[in-house]
Amino acid sequence: MNSFFIRRYVISGIFITIILILLAKLFYIQIIDKQYSTYATKNVLHKVKIYPARGPILDRNGKILVQNEPSYDIMVTPKEVKPFDTVELCKLMNIDRDEFNRRMQKAIKYSRTAASPFEKQISIQTYASLQERLSEFPGFSPVTRYLRTYPDSIAAQFLGYIGEVTDKQIKQSGGRYQPGDYIGITGVERSYEDVLRGQVGIENLVVDSRGNAKGSYANGALDTAAIPGARLTSSLDIRIQKLGEQLMKGKLGSIVAIEPSTGEILCFVSSPTYDPNLMVGRERGNNAAKMYSDPFDPFLVRPIQAYYPPGSSFKPLSALIALQSNMITTQTSYDCRGVYWAGNHPVPCFHHEVHGIVTLSSAVAQSCNGYFSMVFEKIINSKGAKQTATTFDEWRAKVAKFGLGSKLGLDLPSEGKGDLPTAETYNKIYHGTNWRSSTVVSLAIGQGELLATPLQLANIECAIANKGYYYKPHLIKGIGDQEIIKPEYKVRNYVGIDSAYFDQLIDGMQAVVERGTAKASSIPGIIMCGKTGTAQIRNTANSVFVAFAPRNNPKIAVAVVVENGGEGGKWAAPIASFIVEKYLRDSITTRESGITVDYFANANLMPDPETYLGKYRYGQFLKADSIRKAFADSLRKRQNIKSAGARKTNSKAVAYNLAPAVKRRVNE
Amino acid sequence: MNNQRSNFFFNVDWVMVFIYLALCTIGWFNIHSAAFDPKHPGILDVATDYGKQFIYIIVGVVLAITILLLESRFIAALAPALYVITSLLLMVVLVVGHKIGGNQAWISLGGGFRLQPSEFAKFSTCLLLARYMSGTNIKITETKSFLTIAAIIGFPMLLIMLQPDTGSTLVFSALIFVLYREGLSPYFLILEGLFITLFVLTIKYNSPVYIVGSLILLALIIILLFRRNRKLVSTVLIGLCISAAFVLSVNFIYTKVLKNYQKDRINLVVGINKDTKGRGYNVNQSKIAIGSGKLWGQGYMQGTQTKYSFVPEQRTDFIFCTVGEEWGFAGSVVVLGLYLFLLLRIIYVAERQRSPFSRIYAYGVASIIFIHVFINIGMTIGIVPSIGIPLPLISYGGSSLINFTALLFVLIKLDSNRMGIVYA
Repeated sequence: MNSFFIRRYVISGIFITIILILLAKLFYIQIIDKQYSTYATKNVLHKVKIYPARGPILDRNGKILVQNEPSYDIMVTPKEVKPFDTVELCKLMNIDRDEFNRRMQKAIKYSRTAASPFEKQISIQTYASLQERLSEFPGFSPVTRYLRTYPDSIAAQFLGYIGEVTDKQIKQSGGRYQPGDYIGITGVERSYEDVLRGQVGIENLVVDSRGNAKGSYANGALDTAAIPGARLTSSLDIRIQKLGEQLMKGKLGSIVAIEPSTGEILCFVSSPTYDPNLMVGRERGNNAAKMYSDPFDPFLVRPIQAYYPPGSSFKPLSALIALQSNMITTQTSYDCRGVYWAGNHPVPCFHHEVHGIVTLSSAVAQSCNGYFSMVFEKIINSKGAKQTATTFDEWRAKVAKFGLGSKLGLDLPSEGKGDLPTAETYNKIYHGTNWRSSTVVSLAIGQGELLATPLQLANIECAIANKGYYYKPHLIKGIGDQEIIKPEYKVRNYVGIDSAYFDQLIDGMQAVVERGTAKASSIPGIIMCGKTGTAQIRNTANSVFVAFAPRNNPKIAVAVVVENGGEGGKWAAPIASFIVEKYLRDSITTRESGITVDYFANANLMPDPETYLGKYRYGQFLKADSIRKAFADSLRKRQNIKSAGARKTNSKAVAYNLAPAVKRRVNE
Repeated sequence: MNNQRSNFFFNVDWVMVFIYLALCTIGWFNIHSAAFDPKHPGILDVATDYGKQFIYIIVGVVLAITILLLESRFIAALAPALYVITSLLLMVVLVVGHKIGGNQAWISLGGGFRLQPSEFAKFSTCLLLARYMSGTNIKITETKSFLTIAAIIGFPMLLIMLQPDTGSTLVFSALIFVLYREGLSPYFLILEGLFITLFVLTIKYNSPVYIVGSLILLALIIILLFRRNRKLVSTVLIGLCISAAFVLSVNFIYTKVLKNYQKDRINLVVGINKDTKGRGYNVNQSKIAIGSGKLWGQGYMQGTQTKYSFVPEQRTDFIFCTVGEEWGFAGSVVVLGLYLFLLLRIIYVAERQRSPFSRIYAYGVASIIFIHVFINIGMTIGIVPSIGIPLPLISYGGSSLINFTALLFVLIKLDSNRMGIVYA
């Protein structure tokens, strides 16, 4: 039997070999192959994003326009939920039992072990009463989030709003944005998104195999703190912004006020406006849908997106160009008989008023159409009628220097260019070059194909106030504690007119307010220089007024447009005068003419919505579209207003068809 | 002499006792880490698995002392009775058994304690095998004896297969080492090795024709080279026939008979299926745990895979993950070293017995411990299919610990009595 004694060595050998094979494999896994420790780290490491508070936006004096308000989401972790008094919780959260069950099902579907939102955006008041009871309901926990809040409910279109990022934006951001993140969609929120957003922090957590957090990874050595968004100081003055919005109530149009010595925008009113608080919180979708279907379109940023014929407010510019090109002197006179004949095309003065012999400043003061038509024809025909196209483009270039026909580079998205026609435009319209100065003479008085945004109108006043240059208008003057302004906002943009040519013109503009078309709006003790405009369109007219004040060392330039308002002196000029006085004096004095803020604030000039649609907005569709699209994207997530979108698309098409009808205009 | 014999520590092999205690302690601490419950941090807290394991160790020690107090003669005499009892339990478990993880292997004892009869079957089969084979006139080469031996081993295998517990069934196949030591033709051993190789190749490449073809080619080369040696030629030819039959039947069984989950497990090991989220999850996480231990490990209670329960079944079948992760390659070497030392010590002890009963029994113990270590650790590092069998003395579990305690201490008792021949 013991002849098999030797086999003990075979068996031992097998045992040793197998154990050595195990050890060899262990050596490979544990010592040579490094991938396993990487996987082990990956298993337990969970990166959590910490969202910083979005930067607040202040007015020029440090008053808050928008800030953040804590709101609370109640999160539920289904696995930790123990039986409790459901009725009580439903009562606290103000929901019914079915809703409770529905939300629980949704949370369970998402994850049993991870927390998901049960109730979103609970106000601090509701939360206060809920907080002390919450411990009775295991599995429910609060999470603080920040919502935008607007203490004065003003400057909606200027500030813009934020919304969840779209899938496309996530893709394009290269990882900067993730689903559920918020991004500025319009206004300053969009143009200063990078600054306001702050920097997302990363917290490295250790999680177990079920994804439950078990504490901080590597004692937080790899964590990065969230950096809150920067505080933006805007150039807006909350006092006149408020006043402006009050004055524009019940009217359509805009007020833009700029500080000529810096280009800082002081007032940026777009009417109709909306309470920006409506675009925050749980009712956001419904509110937006309502505004979206408003025929007057509160989302249109009229100061930069609505195009208006400048009308007579264009005349000062027209005069300056003529002076600079030596076509006239300040003493050049014109005998106004009530109608100017450009060829066989009559240009009547307002109400066919006969002004008699006028020179530059009196022509401005009385807004004599004949004088400016004469000046315009003189310029265009200076090289003979055959050179019309060339001289026209030369004239156009001079006008363009004032910022018409192109974007001014405002720090808001979707700024419009306005429309400053070229010779080519007319070549197309008239099929060749046989059009003459008389054909386009309406340009002389700010009509015809010429269209400008209220911002461009206000900017022209800055150039006049500064006697020859302007700073690019902008809305933000500081980021955090730093006074930054893009270098381009510090550059004087000369308009190509010698400063000597301004005095006579400004005399005329002063006379407009003192004894001319805006006489009712003169401010006691403040010399305001302005120009009214009335652009009739079919059976209504826009009331336009541009001005700056005081005459010496101007502090504010302003442009007011009141759609459907009639004469410039009637609505736009008084409104502008209140803005100017409020800004310069911080109070409104009793006017000789008896006009009061209350009267203007309460007046209703809303047009019939059926005939209004898109009247002044042709050429704006593309601009408006991009905003609408971003907006519609954010709404689509809530899936509640598809029909409104379809309706709006139709109305745009109607607006476009109306455009050719807005051709014939008669000026004052 | 009389005085010495009355002392039950007389002639006890302290080396094996030491290794036994070392492995139990290592197991206890690693279970503490793997099953750690922050609400019951104490390692002696009986509400937890590590507290329970401590109780099992105490029970084990009491059992060990009891065994040492028994008469060796009595143990041998008890063998048939134990075999019958465990066989009955294996049948009972099929009826009233408690199902865990697809195996109906447990009999509930109440109070959270469960009995796993298949563990005790290993012990009783070893004893009965030793008792039968040590009998006079028993020659393994004789057909009658061989069939009886096959029946002794095969009967519990069959019952366990019905649970179905593949792992425990496989354990019995290790008893071939005992038979080999006692005179079984080495061809059986070679054949078993050949079968395992062919099995893996067949599954992995799933082309029996090519494998059989290359086998024939190989056989032809050998025959041409050694055509003078007629004995070798006939052996090779027989081997070829058996191998070819084996390959074809494995292919048949794999494609037609095996259940999908069994196929998955096999696939995983031979590297066909790289699914790390499904079937492969356990093994993949286990490898990550062991691999992240590197040389010195992450430290006691510091392994993240262990701490945050990424490896399922960690305190039982995958306990070696904790060793690998928290004690590193150094820890792995110590544990495997202890096992190897234990195995070689058992063989050494076996060969110093005068009684064939003791020697046969000792080889049985070595075989069973060896197959457990090989399958269990091999499974955690992915060189053996994931088959659920415990790591001797280290894995959590009372039945397993008590079985191995009994196996080992009966051997120690028999060894302490080696001067006196024990007859069956």
